[in-house]
Amino acid sequence: MSTETTSNSTVAPSSMKSKAKSLVSSPARIAILVAILLFILSIVEKVTGSTDISSPGTSSATLRFAIPLLMAGLGGLWAERAGVINIGLEGMMIVGTWTGAWFGFKHGPLIGLLAAAFFGLLSGLFHAILTVKIGIDQAVSGLAINLIAAGGARYLSGIFFPSVGGDRTVSPPVDSFPTFTVPGISPLLQSIDEKNIFYISNVAGILNGFTKEISLVTVSFLLFVPITSWILWRSKFGLRMRFSGENPMAAESLGINVYRIRYVAIAISGMLASLGGAYLALIASSVYREGQTAGRGFIGLATVIFGNWKPGGVFAGSILFGFTDALRVRQNESVMSLIIVGGIVAALLALYFVLSKKWKPALYSSIVAVFALWINKTVDVIPQEFVTVFPNFATLIVLTFLAQRLTPPAAAGMPYRRGSE
Amino acid sequence: MKRNKLFWGAVAPVAAIFTSLVLMYIILSLRGADPFALFKLMVSYGFDPRNLVSETNLTVSYYLAGVAAAIGFKMLLFNIGIDGQYRMGAFFGAVVGAAIDLPPILHVAVIIVVAMIAGGAWAAIAGYLKVKRGVSEVISNIMLNFIAAAIIAFLLSPNLLGSLPEGSQNVQTKPIPASGQMPTIKMFEGEVYSVIFLALFVGIAYWIMLNKTVFGFNLRATGLSFRAARSSGVNAPRMIFITTILSGAIAGLVGIGTLLSDTHSYSMAFPSGFAFTGLSLAILGRNHPVGIFFAAFLWSFLERAGQVLEFEGIPPEIVIVMQGTIVLCIVIAYEVVARINLRQQQKAVGKVSAELVSEGEAK
Amino acid sequence: MSNILEVSGIEKKYPGVVANRDVSLVVREGSIHAIIGENGAGKSTLMKSLYGLIRPDAGTIKVAGKEVNLKSPQDAIALGIGMVHQHFKLADNATVLENVILGSEPSRFGFVIKYDEARKKLIEIAETYQLDIDPDERLSNLGVGERQRVEIAKVLFRGAKILILDEPTAVLVPQEVTELFNNLKELVKKGLTVLFISHKLDEVLSISDEITVMRQGTTVASLTPANTSKKALAELMVGGELPKPIAGNLVVSEKSFLSIKNASYAREDGREILHSLNLEVHGGEIVGLAGVEGNGQSELIELVMGLLRTNTGSVEVLDLDTSTTLTKDIRNAGVAYIPQDRQRDGILMAAPLWENRILGHQFATPMANGVWINKSAAAEDSARVIEEFDVRTPGINVLVSALSGGNQQKFIVGRELSGDPKLIIAAQPTRGVDVGAQAIIWEHLMRARSRGAAILLVSADLEELFSLSDRIAVIYSGSIVSVLDPAKTTPEDLGLAMTGAAN
Repeated sequence: MSTETTSNSTVAPSSMKSKAKSLVSSPARIAILVAILLFILSIVEKVTGSTDISSPGTSSATLRFAIPLLMAGLGGLWAERAGVINIGLEGMMIVGTWTGAWFGFKHGPLIGLLAAAFFGLLSGLFHAILTVKIGIDQAVSGLAINLIAAGGARYLSGIFFPSVGGDRTVSPPVDSFPTFTVPGISPLLQSIDEKNIFYISNVAGILNGFTKEISLVTVSFLLFVPITSWILWRSKFGLRMRFSGENPMAAESLGINVYRIRYVAIAISGMLASLGGAYLALIASSVYREGQTAGRGFIGLATVIFGNWKPGGVFAGSILFGFTDALRVRQNESVMSLIIVGGIVAALLALYFVLSKKWKPALYSSIVAVFALWINKTVDVIPQEFVTVFPNFATLIVLTFLAQRLTPPAAAGMPYRRGSE
Repeated sequence: MKRNKLFWGAVAPVAAIFTSLVLMYIILSLRGADPFALFKLMVSYGFDPRNLVSETNLTVSYYLAGVAAAIGFKMLLFNIGIDGQYRMGAFFGAVVGAAIDLPPILHVAVIIVVAMIAGGAWAAIAGYLKVKRGVSEVISNIMLNFIAAAIIAFLLSPNLLGSLPEGSQNVQTKPIPASGQMPTIKMFEGEVYSVIFLALFVGIAYWIMLNKTVFGFNLRATGLSFRAARSSGVNAPRMIFITTILSGAIAGLVGIGTLLSDTHSYSMAFPSGFAFTGLSLAILGRNHPVGIFFAAFLWSFLERAGQVLEFEGIPPEIVIVMQGTIVLCIVIAYEVVARINLRQQQKAVGKVSAELVSEGEAK
Repeated sequence: MSNILEVSGIEKKYPGVVANRDVSLVVREGSIHAIIGENGAGKSTLMKSLYGLIRPDAGTIKVAGKEVNLKSPQDAIALGIGMVHQHFKLADNATVLENVILGSEPSRFGFVIKYDEARKKLIEIAETYQLDIDPDERLSNLGVGERQRVEIAKVLFRGAKILILDEPTAVLVPQEVTELFNNLKELVKKGLTVLFISHKLDEVLSISDEITVMRQGTTVASLTPANTSKKALAELMVGGELPKPIAGNLVVSEKSFLSIKNASYAREDGREILHSLNLEVHGGEIVGLAGVEGNGQSELIELVMGLLRTNTGSVEVLDLDTSTTLTKDIRNAGVAYIPQDRQRDGILMAAPLWENRILGHQFATPMANGVWINKSAAAEDSARVIEEFDVRTPGINVLVSALSGGNQQKFIVGRELSGDPKLIIAAQPTRGVDVGAQAIIWEHLMRARSRGAAILLVSADLEELFSLSDRIAVIYSGSIVSVLDPAKTTPEDLGLAMTGAAN
């Protein structure tokens, strides 16, 4: 009985404090923010008259473009959380596009996917042996993997594809995965969308894109986000993996085999990136094409930073970057709507910062708001090049201005030898 | 001691090249080809005088990229931004070169300086982020490479700085007038870019700067030990910043040969991938100007000679795989050699100490 | 109460050094047992043996009456021995709970961590021993004192009955020390045993039930606080006799070559390292700076060299204000610097000897000639240093890393003393060198003094301090607490001053 009273007096306040904190960063808060964002978007669409952003086409394209980035990003996350930077993501994606397409062509798309996972695992293991066991520079290893994968894929394409109906840079078409439309919900959303009710129709339009003609692979790949979260924060392996990336010496002093954990994590990193590549070849399109990955591995690396080394953050980053990717292939005026939305958000933030008397962020936000306004007034069309490069630019900005807020794994990228102090 | 070092220094590259040859042998055998016949074919094709011309020209570009990477390596910087820096250099060199009108030699000199400034300025962003914000130069440079390509693609549009010549699909900058062009030299039945002299000068200047000047001493000292350099009076963070810019300035020269002796304008057709090539060559050549030269020649030789495989029904991209393998083998070899040396040293020290202890006991 | 730990005849030799010999120790269950001694007295070696980090060459360790063979920390943990390291092994980017359970996570199917169970157990431990920690707080939000409690909880979570704390107070501010001591008292009240390593006599006397003193690798006495005093302990720690100063003409100039007035310095995290420190060194004298390591010596040196800037007060070197002068210019004015961590701060390990001769002198003639490095001057002068300081090396083109530590040190001292510097900052100039090298280095320092140079000698070696210094300034907790005359000072005076017990 007496212990219970002490527990109430000494421990309860602090645990309440932490509960309050977890409420602040809860999914509910994110949902509210998204709802507000969509509201602003609805206003802008109402004013400008362009409805492309909230059309189902845009949201389904966003998802299609986001999944490869998400998988590469999760791959980067797994490696870096264990303490090894994986610059070879791009090459591992190439491994996935090629093996996915080839085995998909030979034995059907499912086998293609499995083959991509297997060869991705091998490519990850290769990176692990080089960086963990032999201990060579992580950047050199990753870049060499990119080079060998790119060269190897082109070599193999030249040998295998021309004889079976493809050519030296393109594989023959591969059967696609079946898609499904969520019965009941998708038609309902569609009808709401068509009614043109302010805000509600906009939201329905976006949601419709996520429920119409969606691939089972897309859904299962999305599951990697909660799975990764669960492993990192709920499982024994995840805890040990995080400490391998934060302080391998501490982990080692407690009898943990850091090398083994890094092997597993980097192998999975390769598998995820490779599956992201296979998605490009098997779901987002139906062929392997040379240069298909187009730097997505590097953008995946960027989503890791953008997402602050958290699976949910990587997901948000890949949706944002996938969205800009999707806009590239859709109407150009939607980019302008987006800039107006960004300007309004920045203005609101500026107001918030002024009210809470944080002058420096207030200044920055107002500069962004004024800049957005200025672009809207002076520029007719946003050049496609800048839309393409938005993810890279955004990441650089985050690194420059928010570096103090980021919490990268402390030992990521550092050379580490067993038994060193 | 010194001979030993030289021996191990040579062993690694030779072993790496040999290993990748073995790998290539296996791959080609799998294809059902006769590897030795193909190797022979490659050698004779590669040493054909006409091909030696393009190999020499490619060597010059690769060499400059290698020196740029080597300057960074001396400071423990991994300058993967060479791609963006080279693009910035070539593009702004082309734009300024087309816009001004100066006497011949001065015109060329201005273009070269502009290219170096553009490359250096672009590298300075990564340098600033590293020194002031602690951002890894690897990540920032990867992002900067993409951003550089986008900025140039945007500026190249015909209503801005680019133009679309009649009958061409390829947007490019306006042509540089004759006064801003560099002559070519007749060599091996072809025309070799005279920028080869610039590369030669850069190599010599790099070596002298590094080994003979106080600046070079401070640069190397900071790379070897940040703290020792700082204690000795070097402003180490500033040194890192300057070195980044220097590396970028040299990278800005990579495209100059093609620009001033061949195309006379910049277009999106300018090749990419110089960053990893430059880094590979610096590793292979152990950051030494002569070593980098041999590495650069090997690289361009492989690329050119590999094209003959096409005629034999073998995709020439096998050469890229070979290059990647050489790089991996060489860093592995260095790592293994370093570890052997360490173990030997530890053994030697242990032996001496054991003697000391037994002496103490005897007393 | 029974003896939970008995150590007898422990011996451990390292190449060229006997770290422990004939060490005996008896620790009663449920007591706080302090082990005190100078730097290098062999305390850490003994603790490492007890925690299974190293294996002694001879001797026996008995835990609860049974002789044990400790091969690894895991063996020690299994026997209930836990260690709280001086340098914490924690991850910032994780919670307290995660840091505590890592490596012995309670789990379901060996995969799913039972966080609730772990949290309950940790809260229970926290309550039992009154450790104020919040399981769900992130480590990055914690201060040093809290981190230490996490380390203690980590050890308790693994069921330790004997806790070894390696200089736990070295990193703490006074309030935190009080809190730690309350925690320790709580631990022994509940039947645990604490082994506590320290230099600070006041602390040791106030907290411990028993005290074992170590000197020169062996245990010299076991006492209880009731039947000893600060004076007696200080004498036991330092030894019976102090060496007499080397005789020499003392011609001290009027001019102060180094003048530190009211200097304070705080680290970026706000922790104040130096508090209104005052120190003067005149031409022609050697001032020894005595003190237990970590009392601000390194920061003091870096302030003098212009590598750090004072928060308040002033540091003047040869009439230059170091807060506005570049290190380069301080060196060029005639300041020599022998850093205490020579391999990190003093040399370029992967560069040849002759290049290392240039280091620190690259901004002035003769090593530099305008923008050029003067290799021939460097080579010539390297040869002179090798000759004068008896540096054993096959030549000047050898990499420094190939030389032994003692020869590296002789080379550094030789380099720094060349060009007749006016002020010499010599930090641990003879650490780790053999007797012959020590004699050479001492002789050269004395010579520099006779030609009028001012020398600040920072050393943990009392023999060195007493042999060379004209005055000994004692630094404790970031201030100079007393200035002593080596000819008249007794070991206990010095011991008391160094352990902060002088007043």
